[in-house]
Amino acid sequence: MAKLNAKIPEGTIHEKWTNHKFSIKLVNPANKRKYDIIVVGTGLAGASAAASLAELGYNVTVLTYHDSPRRAHSIAAQGGINAAKNYPNDGDSIKRLFYDTLKGGDYRAREGNVYRLAEVSNNIIDQCVAQGVPFAREYGGHLDNRSFGGALVSRTFYSRSITGQQLLLGAYSALSRQVGLGKIKMFTRREMLELVVVDGAARGVVARNLVTGDIESYSAHAVCLATGGYSRVFYLSTNAMNCNTTAIWRAHKKGALFANPCFTQIHPTCLPLHGDAQSKLTLMSESLRNDGRVWVPLNPGDKRTPGQIPENERDYILERKYPTYGNLAPRDISSRAAKEACDAGKGAGDTGQAVYLDFQDAIKRLGKKVIEERYGNLFQMYELITAENPWNVPMRIYPAPHYTMGGLWVDYNLMSSIPGLYVLGEANFSDHGANRLGASALMQGLADGYFVIPYTIGDYLAGTKFTPVKTDHPEFGKETKEVTDMTKKLLSVKGKRTTDDIHRQLGRIMWNKVGMARNKKGLQEAIKEIRGLREEFWQNVNVPGSAEDLNQALERAGRVADFLELGELMAVDALDRNESCGGHFREEYQYEDGEAKRDDKKYSYVAAWEYEKASKWKLNKEALEFEYLKPTVRSYK
Amino acid sequence: MSGNMNLTLKIWRQKNANAVGKFETFNVKNVSPDSSFLEMLDVMNEELEVKGIDPVAFEHDCREGICGACSLVINGRPHGPLQGITTCQLHMRHFKNGDTIWIEPWRAKAFPVIKDLVVDRTAFEKIMQAGGFVSVDTGGVPDANAILIPKETIELATDAAACIGCGACVAACKNSSAMLFVSAKVSQFALLPQGQPERYNRVQAMVKVMDEQGFGSCSNTYACEAECPKQISVKNIARMNREYFMAKVKTENVEL
Repeated sequence: MAKLNAKIPEGTIHEKWTNHKFSIKLVNPANKRKYDIIVVGTGLAGASAAASLAELGYNVTVLTYHDSPRRAHSIAAQGGINAAKNYPNDGDSIKRLFYDTLKGGDYRAREGNVYRLAEVSNNIIDQCVAQGVPFAREYGGHLDNRSFGGALVSRTFYSRSITGQQLLLGAYSALSRQVGLGKIKMFTRREMLELVVVDGAARGVVARNLVTGDIESYSAHAVCLATGGYSRVFYLSTNAMNCNTTAIWRAHKKGALFANPCFTQIHPTCLPLHGDAQSKLTLMSESLRNDGRVWVPLNPGDKRTPGQIPENERDYILERKYPTYGNLAPRDISSRAAKEACDAGKGAGDTGQAVYLDFQDAIKRLGKKVIEERYGNLFQMYELITAENPWNVPMRIYPAPHYTMGGLWVDYNLMSSIPGLYVLGEANFSDHGANRLGASALMQGLADGYFVIPYTIGDYLAGTKFTPVKTDHPEFGKETKEVTDMTKKLLSVKGKRTTDDIHRQLGRIMWNKVGMARNKKGLQEAIKEIRGLREEFWQNVNVPGSAEDLNQALERAGRVADFLELGELMAVDALDRNESCGGHFREEYQYEDGEAKRDDKKYSYVAAWEYEKASKWKLNKEALEFEYLKPTVRSYK
Repeated sequence: MSGNMNLTLKIWRQKNANAVGKFETFNVKNVSPDSSFLEMLDVMNEELEVKGIDPVAFEHDCREGICGACSLVINGRPHGPLQGITTCQLHMRHFKNGDTIWIEPWRAKAFPVIKDLVVDRTAFEKIMQAGGFVSVDTGGVPDANAILIPKETIELATDAAACIGCGACVAACKNSSAMLFVSAKVSQFALLPQGQPERYNRVQAMVKVMDEQGFGSCSNTYACEAECPKQISVKNIARMNREYFMAKVKTENVEL
């Protein structure tokens, strides 16, 4: 268990981070340039980390599989970013943001981490404004705020419905500046395929040049993975098409523990499915729930158009079930309410797999102009995809896999169980427990990159005696061979099924049995089915093309190979956790009214899985202790 | 399903940057009008894969019009026939059964083809690295509300900042000019108080690299604005020209 020391600093909760910053070792400014750091991924966490580390003087190498850092999927976040500024004077504070986040995560996150997140949230807003990020303003020139799910205060900063884009472009600007100054070496169209571990510590990565097919080696004193989440394991998700688990999964197989893999977030406000050729699900910002009302027909099987259903035959499910939070109930709860209604035959539209999100009352109350200002581009986007006009007909929405709270296990310093391997942003498991609140992903990504890693990585670098390791070290040769062999293997199967076909099947297994509601029998079946499918993949996949040039089919195949392993671990983890909490809902564990039944006596721990061999993991537990907020039944009623 | 379409696609195929490319013909059948354009290509590619044929390479990622990766010229127009959207937001309901659709990569000297429909847009990166930022390190910044910005200003700056860096403006321009892209970034910072200290250096540095990368000049045809998926206004180009002129007037390093 020694390796599961979370290293939470001593002191009262509001002193921990301050004390820690004082006690950690510093690297002499003149020595920083002697340290090489690799950052993989250029979303909010990766770009902000790379820029901040380069500003400090470290030699930074950045890898991304995109053609530009700006394409990372952080760009698609619409709604906003939380901070405890309390500008609206509505009762917010660092403590309240801490409380909301910990409660929102259903008490499955660490107090120390969450408090630090709330503490640095305000610095993030200051930093982004200084970079020229155009947050929405009031007429007096001050910053504007809006509300998000799971909170009773307005603490979300936003830029129209493009907040993620604007924040990422801010971090990307900072990154570009360092590239221009020569402090960052930027390698685009490179996909990390192996972590290189020398004498037990992370010393580099092996990556494929996606244009030439060359397998390249990069050495360093420390490696930061900021490679995002793994919702694409469900095939259909809100994630971008290239999002994958490969970087963290291959690090996991090198010894990094994978924590809480079954904690996945199903986002309530996505567009419903349209057909078999569908490649992804489109998210509509949660901010819509500020003014939109969620309802379904009161009577099962009511197939009238929404306009024909009178007020007294509508069931405003969230307002009825959760009067205090109403339409702003957290994501896991709202998604389950939608599923429950559809399962009861009250689903909207032809498919019955949707609920209405209705703006008529808000338009009456506030006028079309205000709604246009707030959500204009979301309304447009909806109409573009569905060919329905949300100004006249209520939107139809349905939950979709979105964010993964699970990820590689990290300690308070964001270091994984492999010394020198840091994991940032969605790729780690640290701050959101079993459910993430809206507008908190941007906050965590930037907190990790701008304000945590620049401090904590120095402690490791200053306190470690390094032996020189360059890319001619035999470990690089070994990993290069491993990657080359796998590539050859993928190309040589020449079976009958495409990668996407197998991926779709995996997605169906995951959605039906490891999705919004899980049970023991389904999970056991899922494990068996995933193993079978994995076997079939390696015998029957057909990957055309060559290893020596741009080959998107090959890229997809490698990623799906990893999803086929991760999917099994997600089911194993869900099966182990005999309780319901946050996004993990086990049908066997619920109260009579259908609310999640947590079991703090038995499951107040982080499940950190250690890879032993295929289909075999060892469970390590990190106990969660709550000193400041005693876990209670999480109620939004 | 009724209403589904059969289409003929004429797609640009090119093995790599040095190879000679050509159009190849593909027939796709039974396409749902509710599919997106890229989903239609997915189906076609999957059929090629089953046959062991190298699928057509095209760039895409978020599929919701914000990452800027997708980059197809469809029937001669960057991002296809509709205004104000990216290729990934285009749906097949805007085509009809029996149509022939021509699909090409962005074409510009500064954007060489990598393979099929994928081009290299590194030139945009170089421009950003030259000046597309406010020089501020992490930490040591004032409280966010210490910098007051009028609502009207933030709206204009956000209009410019909404650029997704896809390069459609370059592909649309007969001169392959990158002026809309560069001016959007220059404008964002020229409008905001945070951008003032480096205002004149920034515009000169970015324009210099823009020219070095082989982009053409602007001759005011406004094709860029017409094809921009975010409908960035050519007023930004006018603003950049003013900024550039003022920079030359005010600069202390007079070039002789």
